[in-house]
Amino acid sequence: MQILKGTPVSPGIVIGEAFVLDIEEYRMPRRAVPPEQIEEEVSRFEAAAAKVGSDLQADIAHIQAFLPDENLADIFAGHLSIMKDLAPQIVHSVREYRFTPEHAVSKKVRMIVKQLTSREDPTGFTTRLVADFTDVEKRLLRTLFGQRGAAPSGANLKSVIFARDLTPSQTIRLDRSKVLGFVTELGGRTSHTAILARAQGIPAVVGIANVTRDLSGGDTVIVDGSKGLVIVEPDEETLKKYRAIERNFISFEKRTADEMRSQPSETRDGIAVALLANIEMPEEAAHAREYGAGGIGLFRTEFLMFDPRNPAGEKEHFDAYRKVITAMEGRPITLRALDIGADKMVDDSAQQEKNPFLGCRGIRYLLERMDLFRTQLRAVLRASAFGKLRLMFPMVSTLDEIKQARAIIQDVRDELDREGSAYDAELPVGIMIEVPSAAIAADLLCAEADFLSIGTNDLVQYVMAVDRMNEKISALYQPANPAVLRLLRQVLEAGQRAERPVSMCGEMSGDPLFTALLLGLGLRSFSTVPSAIPEVKKVLRSVTISEARQMAQEALAFPDAHQVVEYLTERTKRIIPELF
Amino acid sequence: MSGGTVVEKTVTIQNRHGLHVRPATQLADLAGKFKSAVTILKDGQEVSARSIIELLTLAASHGTVLHLRAEGPDAAEAVDAIERLVNSKFGLE
Repeated sequence: MQILKGTPVSPGIVIGEAFVLDIEEYRMPRRAVPPEQIEEEVSRFEAAAAKVGSDLQADIAHIQAFLPDENLADIFAGHLSIMKDLAPQIVHSVREYRFTPEHAVSKKVRMIVKQLTSREDPTGFTTRLVADFTDVEKRLLRTLFGQRGAAPSGANLKSVIFARDLTPSQTIRLDRSKVLGFVTELGGRTSHTAILARAQGIPAVVGIANVTRDLSGGDTVIVDGSKGLVIVEPDEETLKKYRAIERNFISFEKRTADEMRSQPSETRDGIAVALLANIEMPEEAAHAREYGAGGIGLFRTEFLMFDPRNPAGEKEHFDAYRKVITAMEGRPITLRALDIGADKMVDDSAQQEKNPFLGCRGIRYLLERMDLFRTQLRAVLRASAFGKLRLMFPMVSTLDEIKQARAIIQDVRDELDREGSAYDAELPVGIMIEVPSAAIAADLLCAEADFLSIGTNDLVQYVMAVDRMNEKISALYQPANPAVLRLLRQVLEAGQRAERPVSMCGEMSGDPLFTALLLGLGLRSFSTVPSAIPEVKKVLRSVTISEARQMAQEALAFPDAHQVVEYLTERTKRIIPELF
Repeated sequence: MSGGTVVEKTVTIQNRHGLHVRPATQLADLAGKFKSAVTILKDGQEVSARSIIELLTLAASHGTVLHLRAEGPDAAEAVDAIERLVNSKFGLE
């Protein structure tokens, strides 16, 4: 048993088999081979080894004929020797331990690599050896999977995905109905994996160094996404303990979801409150519906920028928006214009900024990149003819930015008019409130914004001047800080006075701890990861507006975040004791 | 290894790039030609000289001292041959 500690980014507990996605995305199938199939697996491996052997011979011959470089040919000759030495050991593992050949190869090479890298390596000697071994491993796995076709036996099982990092393109290709949990070596709370995992309600732990190297596909693992623990090959006792917790957690989540789905989203005294979902990709709209979302409060569109050198065209934008409109069957959808820059730029070709969080991102970037901006605006406007769309801009800090953006929208409208393309002439255009200047002057920005949406993740970060990825100071990232709460109250009041709808789409709006407080401050539209909707609904259905106002008043009287959290915890506990 | 004798000897890896894949292959091939079992010790780790993988896991870079141990009818010949190979820098330099 091995206990690894990482950063908890999505709560919950799961027990399952590890599924290692290495850089080439090979999947390591489950290891136990039924006894009657062992010899079949052995022959399958031997055929693969023979194939790799002849491939290597062919490579050597090719090099000798076309690239007369002795050293290069030597490398492949060396790989051939490694393989010949490895083959009987793999056959032994298949017979003795009933491992699949894939698992046996992976496990053996992981072991060698671990042994090699456990030493100091000032000359880079072992680094080169590791490369040789992993190269042989990849050749074998590629050939083994090749024989079996695209569906390795493990693909049908639910498993925990382990990866160094999950790129958006990898994430989107995963069959999410089969993912129990995520564990990655890189990433923080706002990494793509983390956001996606929370959106799906899938437990996830990030930031465990070397985890993919030290673990083999098929190992039994426990992922405790609440505490940030990953337990590899747990002992019986640990397993038993976690099975019990897992059952409770799942049953509580499921019970709440089932119980809440058909209940109206309103306070105990019958005041309607919008409960909307944040989604990352069009496919998640169905998920939002399952959890009873009344619409989409934040449709992030960065997935259209997976490959920044080759950004999506108007048709791809349009098709994606239509997909969500269709899935939501007339429910409102708030689409956020591309929020690129800082951490969200998925490509390193982005210009390096000294301080990207204070740099050219969100609306600032869009106004620079007229090509991207106009493509998106055309698609949004055209899609607006088919459903209830709203459009909002991220990172707005001045009134002038909204004016500029609106002028461009008008220009695009004129263009569509000339072409005779249909669009919603009343399409509401709003802004994210996530920069302190926008929050403080929200009343002034209302002149140009049809609605406001408070993005608490960035707002808290900017108000507290705390990078929440920085572990040393993460305790200062305080959504419950009186300064944050006062600012939220101010924004909500500004919206009310200007008669502009205000919603909230940060993590705070999905945390049941803050539900009653936010209601009391005047928030009537919460947008959150789909899986958090049932809990938030449960809280808001159990309070009246006057109780919530009372709570808000009391909470804002405390001098620091700790006392606020203590107070809110105590009050929320009475409503959902299971959460604490 | 009936009637075998045990012969031991210490050698130092002298070629610049250490016991990487190619020299390890040569060493394993050579060790395989003898009837005696040859093992190599380094820092308490003992591996079979016939296995290229085990040899590589020694991570024996330039200057590493290896302890050879052969047991069997041709133990002395085996150890001598391996010593010559190592001292010749595996014919690489």
